[in-house]
Amino acid sequence: MNVVDPKAQPAQTDLELARELLGGSMDAFERFVSAYHDKIFRYSYAMCGQREDAEEIAQETLMKVFENLGQLREPERLKPWVFRIAKNACLMKRRKSVFAPRSEISLDQLMPAKSGERNGARLEIADWSGLPDHLAMNTELHDRLRKSVHELPEIYRSVFLLRDVEGLSTEEAADVLDVTPEAIKQRLHRGRLILRKALDDYLRAGKRSEGKSS
Amino acid sequence: MKENDCQDVFARLSELLDRELPAGSCEELERHIENCEPCVQFVETLKKSIAMHRGYQPDAIPPQLSAEVKQALRQAYERVLEARGPGK
Repeated sequence: MNVVDPKAQPAQTDLELARELLGGSMDAFERFVSAYHDKIFRYSYAMCGQREDAEEIAQETLMKVFENLGQLREPERLKPWVFRIAKNACLMKRRKSVFAPRSEISLDQLMPAKSGERNGARLEIADWSGLPDHLAMNTELHDRLRKSVHELPEIYRSVFLLRDVEGLSTEEAADVLDVTPEAIKQRLHRGRLILRKALDDYLRAGKRSEGKSS
Repeated sequence: MKENDCQDVFARLSELLDRELPAGSCEELERHIENCEPCVQFVETLKKSIAMHRGYQPDAIPPQLSAEVKQALRQAYERVLEARGPGK
């Protein structure tokens, strides 16, 4: 039933890297800078939407990390600590989005449509779960997935990026974003439902146009 | 099995998939899903969507850090190590 998280295994590597970095290894410094520069850029770009801003945030974050590294005692705290610095840098950089929702989106708005009579109504769900993985590499679909992430309301986007893309735990994401673990769970679920719905709409539209052309 | 159970599954599905529900609630939801075709399809498509979106990559490639920035970072790291002293 559970989703296999491909980042669950690398979490151990993150911890080892953090230990080596705090232990004073120059080799760990090189690996950390290389890996986290890309991670912070990815997060910042998705949050700000500007390449130049994301690059500045990545550099500023790394500089703050090394300037303040002496304050960090627990290696397991490194990853959320870095993302907390990156999040604050993003907040300083970005303008307030006019698309930001004023309140949480209700689950009812994301519930699949029902078909049939009132008493026998059932959820109408297209089954595209067998979609081959290699199709995700299809450029158009890939662009669509990326666009959906960029269009996620900000409060859901930040949680989705930290939890599903960067592999932080619920507690770590709560720490980064200064909210409760319950709020993280709720926002992650809504974000995932919005992304699923966007993908569902896209795949259904594709099927309809295939049907028309044949 | 009540129809409202579908809504319950819908509301708590991520917690179920992430194994963040108490064991009792997990079993209850899983029992419902096993016997509910729309829920099975919803679970499977949600899992697929999560797996596909996890691979998110920006359409802009991060530029390489300049030698100057890299040097400034290295110096900041060395200062921290020096301040900490040997063997600490």
